[in-house]
Amino acid sequence: MQVPAQVEYEKATSVQHALAMLARYGPAAKVLAGGHSLIPMMKLRLAQPEVLIDINGLTDLCYITRSGDQLRIGTLTRHAQLLDSGLAGEHFAIMHDAERVIADPIVRNWGTVGGSLCQADPSEDLSAAFAAMKGTMVIHGPGGSREVSAREFHTGPYETVVGPSELLTEIRLPIRPGGGSAYLKVARRTGDWPVGAAGAAVWLADAGGGTHKIADAGIGLTAVGATHFVAAEAEEFLRGRPADEQTLARAGEIAAEHCRPVTDQRGPADYKRHLVQELTVRVLRAAISRARGLAT
Amino acid sequence: MPDGAGHDGAPAAYGSLPRKEDARFLRGQGTFVDDISLPGMLHGAVLRSPLAHARIVSVDATAASAHPKVKAVLTGADLAERGLAWMPTISGDVQAVLATDKVRFQGQEIAFVVATDRYAARDALELIAVDYEPLPPLIDARTALDPGAPLVRDDLPGVAGNRIFDWAAGDKAAADAAFAAADVVASCDMVYPRSHPAPLETCGIVADMDPVTGKLTLWSTSQAPHAHRTMYAMVTGVPEHKIRIISPDLGGGFGAKVPLYPGYLCSIVASMLTGQPVKWMEDRSENLMSTTFARDYHMHGEIAATADGTILGLRARVLADHGAFNATAQPTKFPAGFFHIFTGSYDMRAAYCEVTGVYTNKAPGGVAYSCSFRVTEAVYLVERLTDVLARDLGMDPAELRMRNLLRPEQFPYTCATGWEYDSGDYPRALRLALDMAGYDGLRHEQAERRARGEYMGIGLSFFTEGVGAGPRGLMDILGLAMADGAELRVHPTGKAVLGISVQTQGQGHETTFAQIVAHELGLSPDDVEVVHGDTDRTPFGLGTYGSRSTPVSGAAAVVAARKVRERARLVAAVMLEVAPDDLEWLDGKWRVRGDPDQARGIAEIALAAHSSIDLPDGVEGHLDASAVYNPPNLTFPFGAYICVTDVDPGTGEVKVRRFIAVDDCGVRINPMIVEGQVHRGLADGIGIALMQAIVFDEDGNCLGGSFMDYLLPTSLECPSPELGQTVTPSPHHPIGAKGIGESATVGSPAAVVNSVVDALAPFGVVHVDMPMTPAAVWRAIQGRPIRPDLALS
Amino acid sequence: MKLTLTVNGTEYARTIEPRLLLIHFLRDELGLTGSHWGCDTSNCGACVVWLDETPVKSCTVLAVMTDGRRVTTVEGLARGGVLDPVQDGFAACHGLQCGFCTPGMMMTARWLLDRTPDPTEAQVREAISGQICRCTGYENIVRSVLWAARRERDDEDA
Repeated sequence: MQVPAQVEYEKATSVQHALAMLARYGPAAKVLAGGHSLIPMMKLRLAQPEVLIDINGLTDLCYITRSGDQLRIGTLTRHAQLLDSGLAGEHFAIMHDAERVIADPIVRNWGTVGGSLCQADPSEDLSAAFAAMKGTMVIHGPGGSREVSAREFHTGPYETVVGPSELLTEIRLPIRPGGGSAYLKVARRTGDWPVGAAGAAVWLADAGGGTHKIADAGIGLTAVGATHFVAAEAEEFLRGRPADEQTLARAGEIAAEHCRPVTDQRGPADYKRHLVQELTVRVLRAAISRARGLAT
Repeated sequence: MPDGAGHDGAPAAYGSLPRKEDARFLRGQGTFVDDISLPGMLHGAVLRSPLAHARIVSVDATAASAHPKVKAVLTGADLAERGLAWMPTISGDVQAVLATDKVRFQGQEIAFVVATDRYAARDALELIAVDYEPLPPLIDARTALDPGAPLVRDDLPGVAGNRIFDWAAGDKAAADAAFAAADVVASCDMVYPRSHPAPLETCGIVADMDPVTGKLTLWSTSQAPHAHRTMYAMVTGVPEHKIRIISPDLGGGFGAKVPLYPGYLCSIVASMLTGQPVKWMEDRSENLMSTTFARDYHMHGEIAATADGTILGLRARVLADHGAFNATAQPTKFPAGFFHIFTGSYDMRAAYCEVTGVYTNKAPGGVAYSCSFRVTEAVYLVERLTDVLARDLGMDPAELRMRNLLRPEQFPYTCATGWEYDSGDYPRALRLALDMAGYDGLRHEQAERRARGEYMGIGLSFFTEGVGAGPRGLMDILGLAMADGAELRVHPTGKAVLGISVQTQGQGHETTFAQIVAHELGLSPDDVEVVHGDTDRTPFGLGTYGSRSTPVSGAAAVVAARKVRERARLVAAVMLEVAPDDLEWLDGKWRVRGDPDQARGIAEIALAAHSSIDLPDGVEGHLDASAVYNPPNLTFPFGAYICVTDVDPGTGEVKVRRFIAVDDCGVRINPMIVEGQVHRGLADGIGIALMQAIVFDEDGNCLGGSFMDYLLPTSLECPSPELGQTVTPSPHHPIGAKGIGESATVGSPAAVVNSVVDALAPFGVVHVDMPMTPAAVWRAIQGRPIRPDLALS
Repeated sequence: MKLTLTVNGTEYARTIEPRLLLIHFLRDELGLTGSHWGCDTSNCGACVVWLDETPVKSCTVLAVMTDGRRVTTVEGLARGGVLDPVQDGFAACHGLQCGFCTPGMMMTARWLLDRTPDPTEAQVREAISGQICRCTGYENIVRSVLWAARRERDDEDA
């Protein structure tokens, strides 16, 4: 098995302590949470930090709570905890759909939500899911804390707005009435990275006669080069439109038009683009079904 | 629990006994090579080429040698001084141990570092500076013979191109005549992509050269320790009687642990140089990128038939990608292994195949991964062609098979390419599989689902295996005959020790071979200890692969046990004061005919043989015996498999819903173990058909170098298999057993592919190459198939 | 770096490099070779051990991260020489062939049964879906775990 290069190690005892060490060591330091993104890269020597700042002791960053009309998730929450959380699943079925297909049960025991988001892999499922849910990221730094939309959090492959002396501490999700969400992923095998995946969150309004229109929608796409993991044009199209098959079909087409998939080992670009269309339609259909309180 | 009567009249010691070897593994007390730690042991690491084809301008190991924890660094130049820069391959070629002139595949060995711990060894690799001059790589085997193609083996004198061999089997004229007379000719181009056996334990060695005694002890992941010993003696010059190889517990083999690898030799040289033991364990990327791959056959097949579905003949043209060195492990007279068994399970009078082997800038290998020496490729070809023919004829694929399967009265059957199949009742096996599957019901369900826009597929595969290599006159590997031995000792208190030359990697030899001897001698299997894997303690043999353990070494064990039993008869006659012919072997003892209570069992007889009684002629004071078994023929297990899949045409995803497998491996010594082998092979078929492939890009970068991209099936991809059995004993094997280890890997991929193609028939799809990833399936539906072996950007 | 941890009930204090992976610490430093490694990319699960109450892939955990914590390996599965029902199940149902993936599979099975005493087949398959076996095709592993679950329920009832 491949092994990491030499590295130094510090254990943070509080968020402030972690921030102080990040400031001291600068870009030579990397935050170590679950380590299931970072340590594999260190073993392959694709990442060679000089110092690791272990934040696994910061257990007060591990929570899923409701505050008013917000669901708040501490970034040290393990994937398994998010999957197990009835509270999270009740408000955002998309999170359970996504967590169920991320990696495997053992990796989910230790990998963290924050770690995955900060790794910013262009195929990260949670990035698309949080984009669809229109979450807000809370970042702590030397000057205090700031908030950034989940839909602006990622700036490129493996790059986020979190600076070298900052720490992502919380994700906030707006709980709004009339909502439903879902996530669908195609992979070459259980637990693999997606070839393409789509997550949708919709909020419906009554349009009379038993029909609904889409008051608001969030569509997150991953692995297909969608800017900020968002299908913005398709979302725009959906707003105010009837929640029917024709609308969904057109939304799928628009989402497919505006992504930039790349041919790689998981599949050719034309297939990925097709997946965007196919999965966007299916995931919207599922989200709408759930919003209407229908069994899925 | 052992059966009293057993299945089909099988003996009492046969049956689904729990395994003796489990005790240590359950407690985490197996001894795998990486578990071994010796005083003063050093750790080796291999520096590998990042390029697929390049001239080596210089290798500078100065900085690495200066690392405080590094004890030695070997380069190609260092080995060349000792005449060890190249080593022979099993196919009569040579392979670089550490590259000197050129690198010829990505991952090829360049240097070997030895340090005091494994982390330091890994660090030191980065301190070796290599200057490469890149060369255009030859990656697409289909261009290997084009004029102007890069020359891979400029090291071979007088070689002007990349052709390794041309080989043919069958009767071309007869085949052409059959095709000329046919009403229908169906054809298919198909690739059996490069895959890798990927045992969970990678390859490795602990080499310990004792400078005082001159004894070289190797703990090694080897499926063929005796053959390795002989080869090391020839290559290193260490006398063979001073070499001891211990293959301890192996974490799987599947052919990956048959060849000699450069890392092994480097470790031996390093131990000689440093005077200390040296351990080298490859990591997974090294395993996938440099150890023997499997398959990589580009095949064009044609099948000729009458309008009513009688198969007349078969033709095949194959391009075989062997990688940069010809290191295929198969009997020397058969450069394409047993591929010419491709007429399969059907009666046909004419067949002809041609195989051309070529070099490319990829890792060497080709024969591995439960292939039975290319029977996997042969079965895949004929079973795909049969389905293509069924489609062209508008005939149900089960009916077409039933029409053409060999009949029981035709055995022993010599097929059109010369194999003599030993025994079989093929139609019975197919009928059983169809019944178990509820075949007619499945076809009805398929029609109903199609009307609803849902696509399920039913795929068949009927295979004939050829295993248990092989007869001494016909089969050798580099001049070493493929016979295998057994040595049986019976201690004075009646406990037995059986030394066998085959090496288990999980197949349960410690249990099944004990059962074999126990039955022959009327002992409890608990009273028989099986010793294997240590060349100092076991007889010579060519090792475990090609499902040969039961057919060859198992037969040797039977023969040795029967010799012991006959020797015991002579002693029992003295003990009972009768003539030897007055005794019969009944219910586990020698008994006086007509007076069965006058009897002696092996335990008492053994004690007597060691005592001071007057021994009869032919007995020298013990009952011990040995045997070397020269099999008269291969054995021919067979089976009928049915795979049911559901395909989502919108995404291309395939789900395997059911896998029905009827196997006939002759007499089953331990049915539980037999079934476990089948379970594995079915999982192999799912993985190979849907996700496993070692793919390269145009620059020769190996894209399957980790388990992130070389995907293996998990518990969620494999449905609970439905197993059935028929038993047609092998007429020439002493206990009628045929061997089972590779059958399911041989038979299953075609069933999966046939199933998916069947599902997609409404879309006009006639073939999908493996691996049938979601992208590949979707593209096939669009009529724009993906080529599976090459990633073209 | 100083590391203090408890493994299978025994406390150990060692000085190690921060980069040392837990699997190597257990195998090479403590001689507990029952846990294995089989890949470079956290896919195969041959290395699964418990960190406190949770199975983790020990090839993806630094030993220093376990400071002050408890680790349980396959060597700690049996109690006082008595095999765990999971181990008995694997023996009874031929749940192992080469034995290389077995320790990790059993550690996960034990964890599953502790949380879900009456799992369905689907739950068993899901629980081990992050671990590769090359020998068994998984069927007998699943049967072994279900056997162990039944045995524990029978013992409870008895």
